[in-house]
Amino acid sequence: MRLELVPRRDVPAAARILAPVAALVASILIGGVVIALMGRSPAAALDVYFIQPLTEGWALQEIAVKATPLLLIAIGLSFCFRANLWNIGAEGQFVMGALVGSILPLVTAGTDAGPWVLPAALLMGALGGLLYALIPALLRVAFGVSEILTSLMLVYVADLTLDYLVRGPWRDPKGFNFPQTVNFDAMLPYLAEGGRLHAGLLFGPIAVLVAWFVVQRTLFGFGVRVSGESPKAARFAGFNPDRLVVAAFCISGAMAGLAGIVEVTGQIGQLKPGISVGYGFTAITVAFLGRLHPVGMLFGALVVALTVIGGESAQIALKLPLDLTRTFQGILLMCVLAADALVSYRVRVVTTARA
Amino acid sequence: MGVTEAILLTVITAATPLLIAALGELVVEKAGVLNLGIEGMMAVGAACGFAAATLSGSSLVGVGAAVLAGLALSAVFALLVLGLATNQVASGLALTIMGLGLSGLIGAGFVGTNRDAIPPVYIPGLTDLPGVGRLLFGESPFVYVSLALALGILWFLGRSRAGLTLRSIGENHVSGHALGLPVLRVRLYAILFGGACAGLAGAYLSLVYTPFWSPGMTAGRGWIALALVVFASWKPLRVLFGAYLFGGATVLQLHLQAASIGFPSQALSAFPYVATILALVVMSVGERKATGAPGSLGAPFVPDR
Amino acid sequence: MTREEAGGSPAGDAPLVALRGIVKRFGDLTANDHVDLDVRPGEIHALLGENGAGKSTLVKILFGLLQPNEGEIIWQGRRVTLDNPEDAADLGIGMVFQHFSLFENLTVAENIAVALPRGESLRDLDKRIAEVGARYGLALDPGRPVWTLSAGERQRIEIVRALLREPRLLILDEPTSVLTPQEADTLFVTLDRLAAGGCGLLYITHRLEEVKRLCQRATVMRAGKVVAACDPRVESVSRLASLMVGSEVVEVRPAPAHAAGPVRFELRDLSLAPTEAHGIPLAGVSLAVRGGEIVGIAGVAGNGQSELFAAMSGEVEAETQEAVRIDGQPVGRMGIDRRRRRNAAFVPEERNGHAAAPRFTLSENIVLSLHATSGVARRGLVNGAMARQLAAAVIKAFDVRKGGADPMAGTLSGGNLQKFVVGREILREPGVLVVNQPTWGVDAGAAATIRQALIDLAARGAAVVVISQDLDEIFAIADRIAVIHDGRLSAAHPAREIGREQIGLLMAGSGEGHAHAA
Repeated sequence: MRLELVPRRDVPAAARILAPVAALVASILIGGVVIALMGRSPAAALDVYFIQPLTEGWALQEIAVKATPLLLIAIGLSFCFRANLWNIGAEGQFVMGALVGSILPLVTAGTDAGPWVLPAALLMGALGGLLYALIPALLRVAFGVSEILTSLMLVYVADLTLDYLVRGPWRDPKGFNFPQTVNFDAMLPYLAEGGRLHAGLLFGPIAVLVAWFVVQRTLFGFGVRVSGESPKAARFAGFNPDRLVVAAFCISGAMAGLAGIVEVTGQIGQLKPGISVGYGFTAITVAFLGRLHPVGMLFGALVVALTVIGGESAQIALKLPLDLTRTFQGILLMCVLAADALVSYRVRVVTTARA
Repeated sequence: MGVTEAILLTVITAATPLLIAALGELVVEKAGVLNLGIEGMMAVGAACGFAAATLSGSSLVGVGAAVLAGLALSAVFALLVLGLATNQVASGLALTIMGLGLSGLIGAGFVGTNRDAIPPVYIPGLTDLPGVGRLLFGESPFVYVSLALALGILWFLGRSRAGLTLRSIGENHVSGHALGLPVLRVRLYAILFGGACAGLAGAYLSLVYTPFWSPGMTAGRGWIALALVVFASWKPLRVLFGAYLFGGATVLQLHLQAASIGFPSQALSAFPYVATILALVVMSVGERKATGAPGSLGAPFVPDR
Repeated sequence: MTREEAGGSPAGDAPLVALRGIVKRFGDLTANDHVDLDVRPGEIHALLGENGAGKSTLVKILFGLLQPNEGEIIWQGRRVTLDNPEDAADLGIGMVFQHFSLFENLTVAENIAVALPRGESLRDLDKRIAEVGARYGLALDPGRPVWTLSAGERQRIEIVRALLREPRLLILDEPTSVLTPQEADTLFVTLDRLAAGGCGLLYITHRLEEVKRLCQRATVMRAGKVVAACDPRVESVSRLASLMVGSEVVEVRPAPAHAAGPVRFELRDLSLAPTEAHGIPLAGVSLAVRGGEIVGIAGVAGNGQSELFAAMSGEVEAETQEAVRIDGQPVGRMGIDRRRRRNAAFVPEERNGHAAAPRFTLSENIVLSLHATSGVARRGLVNGAMARQLAAAVIKAFDVRKGGADPMAGTLSGGNLQKFVVGREILREPGVLVVNQPTWGVDAGAAATIRQALIDLAARGAAVVVISQDLDEIFAIADRIAVIHDGRLSAAHPAREIGREQIGLLMAGSGEGHAHAA
């Protein structure tokens, strides 16, 4: 017995939109099996993971807060993935963005430096991520080194750099030897008094609109799409492949870097180890769940953020480990890829009965 | 035991998990499939191996469980990339993300448990030989397995008929299919073999390398194994050489760290990752375009109706 | 003829294989519609038909690569099922593919070994290769990696591979499409020897001269059906052609007399290292094309045609600005867009994935090559409405048949997509047009439309370069002919003054010395 894939000729747009939804349902079912295997009640877990957060105001706000870095990174990554470039080091670019972006807030902490610090910090954050993403891009362009491994290796380097800085030169001298910096003065303002929603959340919808416009309406976006679809056609069109690689990585790195500094100046307020809880990797799932479409990724980010919040509540309420969330995200990504394939191909089970 | 011998022993210890995992991936890539899920399969192998060994009290059961876990995960990967022709990079990443999560779930109950590591081989007389006894006759059984694997794969790919079929399919799956070679079946076996090796490498980490299991104990070794395959230009003996070179570098870094020569420890910890990047660059500069990468590597295969 | 000695008139023999009522459907397309065919031992049987007539589908069924929806295969009087090529090979069916099934980085011996049945010893393989080679005139060096070999040598591997299994029936799919005329003659000698030994041969082609020269019987297919079975030795070429095409063959109209203008496109001593692994370096290529003329570049596939196209188009830039000139202006260091802005246009060989992105719509594929020269992209923004207008204009002017308003390029048939990608460039009225394999694998109607459009464009004063493996095409439309061999280009000779013989010698790399200035 074997599987035979028959390409479908015309795939209705509705099927393409419904595929991720089906994938989500399938992965929830598989997740339920995993929970049952752990000897716990899948129904209770489903309730805590997916239902309760939607019924509570604080949790809804928290979802928006968690979705923002995921969305920003995913939108950046979508430029790489569309061009068939595999930047899997967004986690490192996120950390580098947070790190470089924090320089000014750290230097000016405790002074009355004025309101310019925050926008400058955001810019520097994006720049930090961009420059860090430039390393794998340039290595690929100049030497033909696969970007997959280099971008990933740089994640470890970024984490260790952060670790060194907050334990060494940047440590808060009055912090009782905890590995952390002083608290920043330059913080993104809250959108509403007493809420959790900070101004950084606005970057999400803006990024969605800009990304949609760039991909659909500009020649650059066209070039990115063509080069992923057929590199030879892109060369025939006159798009310089090296420049596209560099540009896609710059966008991707800048978005991840922006997400990093937004996370620090919007939420955490200082640098410390573990400022990222794997956002850079989780965003890969978000990007595919959203089918690399900006609006799709907005929904994708909200759904995945929901599982993150749900996972945190489940840890407290049901003593379910956080690793369950990570497992679920992997399963979800697999289901999304499978659903995509099932939309593109008709699968026939061929049993070779021999005469 | 001499200092040289002691150092060489630690080099081999550090190199062995990389070697086993990289050899498995070498076979997978020679068949034309890129599996980025090694890190995840290793992690699950380490957790399953430790859990099974602790519960059963038998190291052998642990090793078996680790290998089976690697196999099972790679079977999922095979279903995606072979059965449904999904993107190999994304599918491998998904496998790693899921595997790292699963390893945490499996290992959670065993944090803080210690058990005796699988002891090295001891052959009376031979192992006690001065200078080389421990080095040649007193290694962990895993070391001998890994060396046998390297030689076996060298023979398999270079000399055997099945190896020729596998290489051909990796080189050009369209031609292979046209000649009636069973492209998907060979790739399935290769992927399963890679999964078993990754599981075995994971077992080494939790059953030999350390006497305990801890979250994230693979520490990027799966990724380094992937890089080793590229570094070795897809040649088994070069993988062996590369793994020991890398093991040597890791040991050197540990010694420097222990000597605390005023270098930040993080810089030394970052060394393996930076070294990997540098190794990849050196390889690309040295042999541009003729790196020996299989021609169909990473491309999904959908036969013409 | 030799096969008379092999055992009486072939007509009296029982068929080796018979196909009865074979039907193969792909979705709503019926590629084979109740096809009957039989091949007898010792005969060379031609399977004739245009591109898309269903020949390849039929032989894939006969070789076990595809399974028919209806019909049966009878092998030596016994009904058989062929689930895969292994089944076919076990019966004694061998196949030489048009697109070689070779592995570039493996050696000749490895390429042959991998196709042998499992369990067969490889120990004295080199000796067996040498034996078969000596018997049929197929010399090969077993230790050479395939990427170092010419197309003719590669084909020998395919044939030896099939012969080592001692086939009773050998299928050859368009075997001469990659050979020089002289290499083809050598192949014919080999095939005659095989048939004389009692092997049945099924010879697939659309080249009629070969059929008359080689085959005793012919089955003609058109649009999935068998339309005729005849003895090609007694039929005229034009009769065979009209059977194949279904109507009188469309000949292109020669251009009205027009004087050649000034040189509009020029290569001067162009040398270029390859950018792809195993690519062909270009060495000292010179060529001057005048407005109003078509220069054909003949050559066996894989002799640097794609590299030459890339250098002409600017996909790969030359080392010096002087190496390429458009209308007298040096453009060697300019990329393809800047050359397009100087009124040059280009059509690469592959329709799907180079000239067009298959999963992009036709209007998006307008943007692909026209964004630098038309208004479809201004200040970095794409004007979708204008792209759709331009697409509609091309579709109308070149009678491109398609489904839906703005379908994906990949859904068009080969001929229609080719008309679209050629039409897209011609509608711009370029001063220079370089086309690589303009009608490769398209039906006769589309080929005629495209060739006519090229002739008309030249008549309006453009300089046209046609790179083609199809000598018939080159002789039909070119004013002058140059030959590319191993990255070197011969001088361009007036088409009326040079014969096929001489072109064949040039294609094989012998003959006159290579020109340095045209």
